Amino acid sequence: MANLYARSPAEGLVPLAIGTLTLDERLPGRITSVAPYEGQEAATEQALQALGLGWPAPGTGLAGAVAACLWTGRGQAFLTGIAPEGLAGLAALTDQSDAWTVLTLTGPDARAALARLTPLDLRPAAFPEGAAQRSLLGHMSAILRHCGPDSFEVWVFRSMAATAVHELSVVMRSLAARAALT
Amino acid sequence: MRIDCPLCGPRDIREFYYKGAADYLDRPAEDAGPEAWDAHLHLRANPEGPLDELWYHTAGCTSWLVVTRDTKTHVISAVRAVDAGETP
Amino acid sequence: MRIDGKGLIDRSAPRGFSFDGVGYQGFAGDTLASALLANGVRLVGRSFKYHRPRGILTAGSEEPNALVTTGQGADRTPNVRATMQELFEGLQAESQNRFPSLAFDLLGVNDLLSPFFGAGFYYKTFMWPAAFWEKLYEPAIRRAAGLGALSGQHDTATHEKAFAYCDLLVIGAGPAGLMAALTAARAGAEVILADEDARLGGRLLSETQLIDGRPATAWVAEVAAELAQLGVRVMPRTTVTSVHDGGSFGMLERVGLHVARAPADLPRECFWRVTARQAVLAAGAQERLVAFPMNDRPGVMQAGAVRTYLNRYGVAAGKRVAVFGNNDSAHQTACDLIDAGIEVAALIDSRPGTVLSELDIPVYAGAQVIDTAGRRGLTGVSVATASGTVRLEADCLAVSGGWNPAVHLTCHHNGRPVWDEAIAAFVPAPAGSPGSVPDLIPCGAATGKFTTAACLQDGQRAATEALERLGLTAGPADLPATADGTYAIAPLWAVPGKGRAWLDMANDVTTKDVKLAAQEGFRSVEHMKRYTTQGMAPDQGRLSNMGALAVLADATGRGIPDTGTTTYRPPFTPVSIAAMGAGGRAEGFAPQRFTTSHRASVERGAPMIEAGLWYRPSYFPRPGETSWRQACDREVVTVRSTVGTCDVSTLGKIDIQGRDAGRFLDLVYTNTFSTLPVGRARYGLMLREDGLVMDDGTTARLAEDHWLMTTTTAAAGEVMRHLDFVAQAFCKGWDVRFVSVTEAFAQFAVAGPLARELLDGLLDAPVDLPFMGCGPVALGGIEARLFRISFSGEHAYELAVPARYGEALWRELVTRAEALGGCAYGMEALNVLRIEKGFITHAEIHGRTTAFDIGLQGMMSPKKDFIGKAAAARPGLIGETRQQLVGLRPIEPGPLLTAGAHLFAPEAAPVREHDLGYVTSVCHSPTLGTALGLGFLANGRARHGEIIRLLDRLRDVDVLCEVTHPVAYDPEGARARG
Repeated sequence: MANLYARSPAEGLVPLAIGTLTLDERLPGRITSVAPYEGQEAATEQALQALGLGWPAPGTGLAGAVAACLWTGRGQAFLTGIAPEGLAGLAALTDQSDAWTVLTLTGPDARAALARLTPLDLRPAAFPEGAAQRSLLGHMSAILRHCGPDSFEVWVFRSMAATAVHELSVVMRSLAARAALT
Repeated sequence: MRIDCPLCGPRDIREFYYKGAADYLDRPAEDAGPEAWDAHLHLRANPEGPLDELWYHTAGCTSWLVVTRDTKTHVISAVRAVDAGETP
Repeated sequence: MRIDGKGLIDRSAPRGFSFDGVGYQGFAGDTLASALLANGVRLVGRSFKYHRPRGILTAGSEEPNALVTTGQGADRTPNVRATMQELFEGLQAESQNRFPSLAFDLLGVNDLLSPFFGAGFYYKTFMWPAAFWEKLYEPAIRRAAGLGALSGQHDTATHEKAFAYCDLLVIGAGPAGLMAALTAARAGAEVILADEDARLGGRLLSETQLIDGRPATAWVAEVAAELAQLGVRVMPRTTVTSVHDGGSFGMLERVGLHVARAPADLPRECFWRVTARQAVLAAGAQERLVAFPMNDRPGVMQAGAVRTYLNRYGVAAGKRVAVFGNNDSAHQTACDLIDAGIEVAALIDSRPGTVLSELDIPVYAGAQVIDTAGRRGLTGVSVATASGTVRLEADCLAVSGGWNPAVHLTCHHNGRPVWDEAIAAFVPAPAGSPGSVPDLIPCGAATGKFTTAACLQDGQRAATEALERLGLTAGPADLPATADGTYAIAPLWAVPGKGRAWLDMANDVTTKDVKLAAQEGFRSVEHMKRYTTQGMAPDQGRLSNMGALAVLADATGRGIPDTGTTTYRPPFTPVSIAAMGAGGRAEGFAPQRFTTSHRASVERGAPMIEAGLWYRPSYFPRPGETSWRQACDREVVTVRSTVGTCDVSTLGKIDIQGRDAGRFLDLVYTNTFSTLPVGRARYGLMLREDGLVMDDGTTARLAEDHWLMTTTTAAAGEVMRHLDFVAQAFCKGWDVRFVSVTEAFAQFAVAGPLARELLDGLLDAPVDLPFMGCGPVALGGIEARLFRISFSGEHAYELAVPARYGEALWRELVTRAEALGGCAYGMEALNVLRIEKGFITHAEIHGRTTAFDIGLQGMMSPKKDFIGKAAAARPGLIGETRQQLVGLRPIEPGPLLTAGAHLFAPEAAPVREHDLGYVTSVCHSPTLGTALGLGFLANGRARHGEIIRLLDRLRDVDVLCEVTHPVAYDPEGARARG
């Protein structure tokens, strides 16, 4: 019988602190993709409300103390941090807990750093705190979440953790070098 | 170039994949005959002006979109999801 | 020569620099050009074609002559405009296109041969013999005619790309741009203000004019402070280079090019992609020259540039300056020089009857410069006056042929500017004209308003218009006071006379070349451009296009508006490829996808091979093995005799759920899935709508309404896109939902006669799965999935665990395999195993093959519709004319086969019309002791047993092969089923 150890996607790659920015990994716990079945949108929303959340509008996320529900695409949201209780039969539920690397970029230059990698409009009015959007990080498909003042989450596929950390570290160093100019 | 995705809002062209004319939506019946299938697969209007095109929001919400784009000016006059009914 | 008390340079901050190895000194605030002029350096380059001595002509980004190479070694940058290069301590610059030295250039002989080098010379002379072009003519011409050279080493500098958004982009920070930015910011708009100069102010920095009774720089500083306070993103050193669709713009920011000892992480440049709801174009205007004979000597300069060097940099461009112009602005140059105490030889105004009262210098009205003297720099000019030719001594000639509004960006959607007779220049076409850029509002000098007062007012007007469209309201007008001036011009493009008159200094094009083009029938301005190469140098003819088309208009007897302009294409100034491709090298080239077993495989010395974005182990070398073949052969033999394990996580995995999932699979696969029992997997074939094969893979039914599809590694993204299309376009209302789980699971193949034994020791319960069965299993309590599927032909399984356990499970599998005499196997062995079994990959389903071609026509269900069904049945896609999948085996043992080789009948001449097919996959089969191939052969299934000639001219392979069934090993499949 085997006794398997677990590794996190960005293990050994972070934390990084460069200039005013820090990059770290967050383990959001269980991730379930929730895709309501035909005609079950309202029932799914109610079930999510019973979990203290709800169905997020496109481009947004709903966050509780532990759990969160992020819009992740057409007819799809990610329920994180808790088990998808009460949702069976209402929505297609797929375990995605191991599929994503979640990196947290924090600091006054976080927005400037991301603006070097994503074509998303990151201005506060377009991407306020609480927003969750799908876009690109470099050439990688990503979920970007504005999770706190000066703090953003970058979700990329697990296999791309090294590239994501590399790309982010390059822009972090670049911004630090720019800041040292003045 | 930017496309105003009905779900995600205006987004950079990088997030999209282009398939071709929206004719692909009108799939003939299985037994429609070779001429109908040939037309469906290969015959395309090439207008100087508005054209309905299929774009996929691959790095966004994964919606397939019908984008009405003017081939002369690149001005996009309408965008709808393929399953949202006909363009008005 | 530096003038005391003039200029905006910081005289307390000297800056040492070198040019062609000689040390000089300038000051902070200088450009390389102003510092060279201050040090009396006039000769800075040799011309492109004739190697004529050339000097600094302008003070801006339109400079055609003063291109230098900066930096050393790998850090060398060619073709830097000295007029844009800010001076820093230790700057090293070298002149270009000279041999052996700038002052003595052997290729100056080209100038003597110039009668032979006119327009079209290369086209006419080097036409034949054709082979000579590549081998002889082109290398020689490239050596002789050219610009700076790259270092030939990897560029060590970093570059950057970035995105930005704003309500209003203001292009240019002269009086109009500053006023526009201020007006918009005060009204609450989010503004980006970009200017290619290092300093805000635009033309105000070059003039002596007062604003609100104070030097203009004081007003600029005040505005800059307010803009900063209002949160305007002010971006100096940033050139807006292109206008794209939907309000998007390209901008190039010079970040680290003005810095001594720039740190490695500091980008040299940043290429910005800006999206703006509105834009104001306040890009100013550029002064043009006059094409008079021998107008290219060092010392001939734009009159406006002479003022810039004087007023901004405190530099006299010459000791004795002559001024020649056809408009009022030339007079300002004479006045400023006189005020600064510099000797002005004469003011030569081509307009007859021009009266100039106060100037205490010779003034020639209705006169023209008809010749110049001075070998390596100007020493004198000849002036034709009403009373005869006058010769003047002068080491600098300030020339103004009028001003061209910088209309370029208004034309990037293929719009054309319109001719304005009053200023003898093209101005932006009115809004709404064909090809005009929506929501780009030109103003100020860019529209032909050439006075400061008019620019200030127009900037405010443009911003007010933009604000209205943004739904904002401009505050009350608050314009600073400034004296208004006048601008009058009488066109003068070329002065006739003996000697060459240059239009395009950068590409050495003269008035004679343009006339010759017209004479030879190249009457369209686009044809003239290409025939003469006028406007095709790095400066894109910014200084010469207007003059050239005027000369062409004259030569063809048409007016300028009828002649029209060439197309204004992006970029406005050159953009380095390094900036556009910033970050795209080494690991930044493309995302790298690593499997969970990556680290463990690398530890074992496995070389990695790229499979799309994924990195997969090629083979796992063992001590004593000296080639990949030895390792690969061993791994194949091990799998066939004991057990092997391989990471197959890269295959696409799609989780499909819903009541209509089976129905959906029936639509996307050629074969039927809705009848598959729970706990079983089935091989499926997917077509494109045109009937060609898209992908294949196994799909398992995990529960009544829950399926797991696998795709090939290569087509995972394409299949997902296809499923989304089919579902959204054709399955509205169906209850089917799917999502990729490729990354959620680590999946490993365990293959070989001992595979079951290995798994029995690993899993919490013994394995009990039929061939093509699947089900949940557990390892130490961890939930996993087991599939009994085989891509090797052996008794085999694929075991999937949550990816976090992937590395641990891989190590466990390898250890257990080795304990049983087995091993890890890589891509090479995987490929051999599947070729021996005749299993296809994307080498075979490469986008031009049908189900019929690969022998899977039986999988196309006649009982239901599926994507690609109707098209796959088209005549021509089935039948004996098709090239069909076959196996190939050399008739004599020994030779290796090559993929890409073509197939011929042995007796036929090996020419294209006899081509019968081609080879897609090859290997050495250690199992069978022979080379094997898969390929497509015309009517191949009917030719098993025939001999065919396999020919690869590129790799010199010529082998006779027997045509076989594609499955070379265990054709009954007993090993996988047993």
